[in-house]
Amino acid sequence: MSAIGRSLKRLEDRPLLTGDGCFAADNRADGQVHMRIVRSPIAFGRILDIETDEAKALPGVIAVWTAADIADLPPIDFRMTRIAGLEPYRQHVLARDYVRYVGDPVAVVFADNPYIAEDAAELVFCDIEEETPCLDATADPVAFMPERDPALLSEAAVITKSYGDMEAAFAGAAAIIEMELKVGRHTGVPLETRGALAVRDPETGVLTMYGAAKVPHYNRDSIARMLGLEPEQVRLSEGHVGGGFGIRGELYPEDVLVCAAACRLGVPVKWVEDRREHLMAANHSRDQVHRIKAAVDANGFVRGLVDTFYTDQGGYVRTHGGTVSDLAAALLPGPYLIPAYHVEGHIRLTNKTPSGTYRAPGRYETTFVRERLMDAIAARLGLDPMEVRRVNLIPEDRMPFDRGIEALGTHVLYDSGKYHDLLDRTLTRIGYQDLKADLARRRVAGEAVGLGIAFFVEKSGLGPHDLVTMAVQPDDTIEIVTGAASVGQGVETAMAQICSDVLGVPIERIRVIHGQTDRIAIGFGAFASRVTVMTGSAVKIAAEALRDKAIALAAPLLQADVRTLTLEMGCVVSRDSGATIGLAEIVAQSGKDLDAEGLFRADHMNYPYGIHVAQVRVDEAVSGIQVERYLVAYDVGRAINPMLIEGQIVGAAAQGIGGALLEEFIYNEEGQPLATSFADYLMPTCHEMPPVEVLLREDAPSPQNPLGVKGAGEGGITAVGAAIAAAVDDALGRPGLITSLPISPRRLHALLRR
Amino acid sequence: MKPASFDYIRPGSRAEILAALAAHGDDGKILAGGQSLVAAMNFRLARPEVLIDINGTKDLDYLQPSGDSLAIGALTRHAAFHKPVVDGPLGPLLAKVVRNIAHYPIRQRGTFTGSLAHADPASEWCLVATTLDAEMLIVNAEGERRCRAGDFFKGTFTTAVGAQDLLAEVRLPLLDDGWRSGFYEFSRRAGDFALAMSLAALKLENGRITEARLGVGGVADRAIRLHALENELAGKAPSRELFEDVAASAKAAIKPSEDIHASADYRRDLIRTVVLRALTEAAA
Repeated sequence: MSAIGRSLKRLEDRPLLTGDGCFAADNRADGQVHMRIVRSPIAFGRILDIETDEAKALPGVIAVWTAADIADLPPIDFRMTRIAGLEPYRQHVLARDYVRYVGDPVAVVFADNPYIAEDAAELVFCDIEEETPCLDATADPVAFMPERDPALLSEAAVITKSYGDMEAAFAGAAAIIEMELKVGRHTGVPLETRGALAVRDPETGVLTMYGAAKVPHYNRDSIARMLGLEPEQVRLSEGHVGGGFGIRGELYPEDVLVCAAACRLGVPVKWVEDRREHLMAANHSRDQVHRIKAAVDANGFVRGLVDTFYTDQGGYVRTHGGTVSDLAAALLPGPYLIPAYHVEGHIRLTNKTPSGTYRAPGRYETTFVRERLMDAIAARLGLDPMEVRRVNLIPEDRMPFDRGIEALGTHVLYDSGKYHDLLDRTLTRIGYQDLKADLARRRVAGEAVGLGIAFFVEKSGLGPHDLVTMAVQPDDTIEIVTGAASVGQGVETAMAQICSDVLGVPIERIRVIHGQTDRIAIGFGAFASRVTVMTGSAVKIAAEALRDKAIALAAPLLQADVRTLTLEMGCVVSRDSGATIGLAEIVAQSGKDLDAEGLFRADHMNYPYGIHVAQVRVDEAVSGIQVERYLVAYDVGRAINPMLIEGQIVGAAAQGIGGALLEEFIYNEEGQPLATSFADYLMPTCHEMPPVEVLLREDAPSPQNPLGVKGAGEGGITAVGAAIAAAVDDALGRPGLITSLPISPRRLHALLRR
Repeated sequence: MKPASFDYIRPGSRAEILAALAAHGDDGKILAGGQSLVAAMNFRLARPEVLIDINGTKDLDYLQPSGDSLAIGALTRHAAFHKPVVDGPLGPLLAKVVRNIAHYPIRQRGTFTGSLAHADPASEWCLVATTLDAEMLIVNAEGERRCRAGDFFKGTFTTAVGAQDLLAEVRLPLLDDGWRSGFYEFSRRAGDFALAMSLAALKLENGRITEARLGVGGVADRAIRLHALENELAGKAPSRELFEDVAASAKAAIKPSEDIHASADYRRDLIRTVVLRALTEAAA
């Protein structure tokens, strides 16, 4: 039986369930010192002086650094989407001249224990000349650091993408619809905060950073470059990771500081972030305002779409460069034909925490925008919202569909999709007509209940390539080494299933090593729903090479022709004689290594797609919203392990509900963050979660990889804001009411009173 | 999120607790359940020099009906109220309210009197104490005094308990069988601080309200008992119209606080709804 497509239990879970996990804070080294960051209490201002004498005098303090002490360190560079003009907005590891958000690191303390470190951090005095913070990305750009460079403004870049004849589209329009739509500032919040331990081996000079995540190879190269070391002098090691979601594992100032300190102080340096820091220091995300204008015909077909949007980038541009805005601009059209499109995305710096990617970056925001538009078209023209989508969806016979623009430097080419078919299946699954009738009856009885449906296209499998090595071990296990990373998504299990599918070895005999830069030369890590597509394909290629090699080595041992040999259940079998030989036995008898490499290249991303359905009940008297039912339909081309995918989808849907209803980084007019603990930054709990149904489909395999797979990590979150907004409109009988997320009770109350 | 340095003592008796309080005064702080205090210390919002841990004094953990009241000791945990603790309407009332206090593990540790001494404006127990006019027993090395809820709460995190005092016991009036209660709270998530909540207790005889208690919490610097509206309810038959009127009056009577989760306008509307729902449940 094929190992692919089965809901096998996770190989990863035993240590996690038995308390044997090793997370960042579990790492320790003899003689380690503890690092504490002194963070700016001011949103924007010029640094006049930083007083460290009192902190340095505290017994147990080893060192206190300000920017002057590490003046040789360059700013943290971009990992992705390097757009011209972004360089001056990069963040130094400690603030120079200006602080640009509350939480901006201004000094760092090293001490014998974390208590003394925190005591000392309190004694560091920052003399900052306050300036008026910029907190609105739609306002006119202002000076980034007025004294240092008055001409450098807070608009870092404008991303423009365009195709089609817009003039003609608008000239013949039956209606023109304009809207302003906003998605609030929230982010992924891993339950494990960030943390790191850096140790430099005095003998070899090799610097090891434990607690790496997401992109260890890339960060190794960056850290080496920043510290003036060779890449082979730096080693990054990933342990267990308590959630990633795009924000965890990027290269942050703190990672560079622990490494620099381990080198310069000559002792191991440990840092564990606390939650308050995390909520003001780790990447925020979303926070976009879109102003769209659509020309539609009488059937609701969008002839042309113009969008101007503003991304609130926060204080600096971090490792993601222009990624979020670029993806938003490229993927806003989603599953629809839209023959003419023009978008202008403004990346604007403000005095909030810097922002980066968060699960479905650019797609959560633009799916809200695009699907709100579809609902608005239906309302304006008096059409059924599902019919409006049907006339706009890209038909199956237009696949592969060339969008004619680029995303992340790759051509946007939708590889496969049966959009109409999935819509029909979804409506059948929920019993659309009956459900609508049922909700109408409940509304007549006085309940405010409603249904919202939103379509989306995801993207996955970002290249350029991925490498794995695979080798049979003496104990008859198979070791796979990959430069991918695990942020908890089940990499080991999925890779083992793909390998098992080729070799017939049970997954329990396959070990997957990931996130160790000293074990494999290259690695791209885990982001952009790329691991199953890229690493998985490389595993398949390697396993097939290993199979061929095993057969070739076995042939003389079994005295058989290779053409008569097959690999079954981890043994080479002769069809003629019935003789068999196991993989480890082949190694032992042939005296040769049984290993292989798999390299997979991809020039294009692929494009999974899906539909979210939300049913909500609004308690108007308290402005409360309860999600009664939720369904995610998602076509991933081919499901390696349906249980893992469903887990990904349900978890992502929970995060989406957080962003739609609860989670928001609110700032006051001085730029002080007001949601810096879990008492005010509200994530959904099991009490707020409805049951989430998953309709997992494999109708449109990707032709771009040997497995046919598409990524499954993000589709559970993409359309949540859009679907819930539509459901709230429907419940209240007020089309177009919701134009902004999150729909907090306070905001809903203001709308209902209006 | 490491607390500032502090000393820790664990007295073994009430007398030792009072002696420690007398010795340390403003620098000392009682540790009971620690569910608010320890978090505040980790944020360094609270910096006691000496923590006086009363968890070693087990005889402070009691629930004792005596005369016409229920006496609650200084170490009685929230979880003790999950099931009705006394016969009559008070037990179910407390069991109904306690489910709204944070989450199950927190309720295993946090204490009833600790909530009152902490005096968070959104505390359910402070609302109960205010609405039912609890009697507080405050003791120190010099002696003891009693005070009613109306005089006990002074504002956000401020009470009649002085630096050298221990809130040793709280007495809630036992309600006789004619009483019925209703409680309604709205918070952003299950277990969160109330954006508004109301407790209503009505004594019904022959289809008429003979006596009423009505309080609102989570909307100002302390829980508010609505005496005038209690009088308006007394003597009348419960009805939707009566409750609507009283709820509208409650909304008009209170000037609510604002925070990131609720504007004053929103809270005013919430007050009306929570009062209406609490009254409706009480009369149901």
